[in-house]
Amino acid sequence: MAHLELKDLYDGFRDPKIIEGFAKLIKEEAKKLPKPINIMEVCGGHTHSIMKFGLPQLLPANVNFIHGPGCPVCVMPKERIDHAYILSLQEGVILVTLGDMIKVPGSKGSLQDARAKGADVRFVYSPLDTLKIAEENPEKKVIFFAIGFETTTPMTASLIDIVLKRKIPNIFFHMNHVTVPEVMVELIDSRDEHVDSYNNQIDAFLGPSHVSVITGSKIYEQFPKKYNRPVVVAGFEPVDVMEGIYMIVKQFTENRCELEIEYKRSVSREGNKKAQALIEEYFEKADLFKWRGLGNVPDSGYKLKDEFSAIDAEKIYKDVLPIEEIEDHKLCICGDILRGMAKPDECTIFGTACKPSSPLGSCMVSSEGACAAYYKYGNLL
Amino acid sequence: MCLSIPSKVVKIDKEKNVATVDTMGVTREAGLELMQEDEVKIGDYVLLHIGFIMNKIDEVDALESLKVYQEILEKLDEEERRQLVEDDDNCANRGA
Ligand code: SF4
Repeated sequence: MAHLELKDLYDGFRDPKIIEGFAKLIKEEAKKLPKPINIMEVCGGHTHSIMKFGLPQLLPANVNFIHGPGCPVCVMPKERIDHAYILSLQEGVILVTLGDMIKVPGSKGSLQDARAKGADVRFVYSPLDTLKIAEENPEKKVIFFAIGFETTTPMTASLIDIVLKRKIPNIFFHMNHVTVPEVMVELIDSRDEHVDSYNNQIDAFLGPSHVSVITGSKIYEQFPKKYNRPVVVAGFEPVDVMEGIYMIVKQFTENRCELEIEYKRSVSREGNKKAQALIEEYFEKADLFKWRGLGNVPDSGYKLKDEFSAIDAEKIYKDVLPIEEIEDHKLCICGDILRGMAKPDECTIFGTACKPSSPLGSCMVSSEGACAAYYKYGNLL
Repeated sequence: MCLSIPSKVVKIDKEKNVATVDTMGVTREAGLELMQEDEVKIGDYVLLHIGFIMNKIDEVDALESLKVYQEILEKLDEEERRQLVEDDDNCANRGA
């Protein structure tokens, strides 16, 4: 067997010649398409690669990207960010969260603003960093504000596991983990009667890379079967994305509708079972999670099981945490953008009232959001 | 938040349940909490996510993909060469 070097894993999947090779194959194959197809990349990591490597320009006119819900931070509703903001300003509290959360604005401001008001907010690289903070501050309550898709959920579960096993008394959790398949269903088959999602333009999905490493590809089996949408789980590298697109186009030209894995080197059908077991041990599905731009999506979030109420910051601080809903900005059309029914520049406040430095809607919040990508890369899309 | 570069495992500390990995020349530690016991060995390629090893990269599958890509390139090259020859043969200005 040939030997694999670390640099092969890196360079091999970014090789411009191979990207170009796939561009040619896609162009040839797409000539056979009876009608144009729109492929949604669900995950912000893909959006990032697609923009960074200028992939839309390499595709023929009848193969389009629709940028999906993007990153967990973009979809976090103001209500939840307000919770973080309020918690951080409680007496004796240190709020710990991942760096992605720094600038995301809630209705009262961002965590950066809370910090300016004197709150002790720490942005960490890993949930495990919380252990050291708690150890150094035994008199403080350290609240881990947990965010992320399925990729990061087991890491939070793992921290909980350590906290409980080592009986660490001063670490608590505020849960905001969301799940991908439920929101994919919402985009093509909304159960909200006010939303005409049947009008959506999504023909196929490029399945997330690292979410799928954890969950396995099995979570997408319903899409080809029940919703008639092919799914190809692809890696994040540009060659992976191009190969994924090629596989999707081929499904259409060969009249197939299947779940396929392009990212075989990291994704199996079953996924990481140990990670899944940790999630199951500590969390259960919340009935609803509100997604910024999309509204309430059934079964799309995790909460701590009742038996762990003693470490559940949302319960401990329920008297100070508001439950009222906050409307998305009236002019924001993120919901339509996510369903592929509008492009960011069709929003009347795009680039004026709403820009990356002062985002008004979810798609502008992080660089992985569709509006932010449009803003940065102009008309490349 | 999700992008992660493949890393190579260079050391394993069973007691602390952490591995030391090399990511493009940068060495750092990553938790093994999400991996089965003895699943990860020195020399394995892994993906890291927020301080944890998330999976082992399958070497055979990675090599297989890279091989397929090379074949695609070779085929395209060959087609291009053939196209060149054909264009040459069909050149309208042959008499020129
Ligand atoms: S530009 Fe801003 S307000 Fe308009 S759709 Fe995008 S995120 Fe929403």
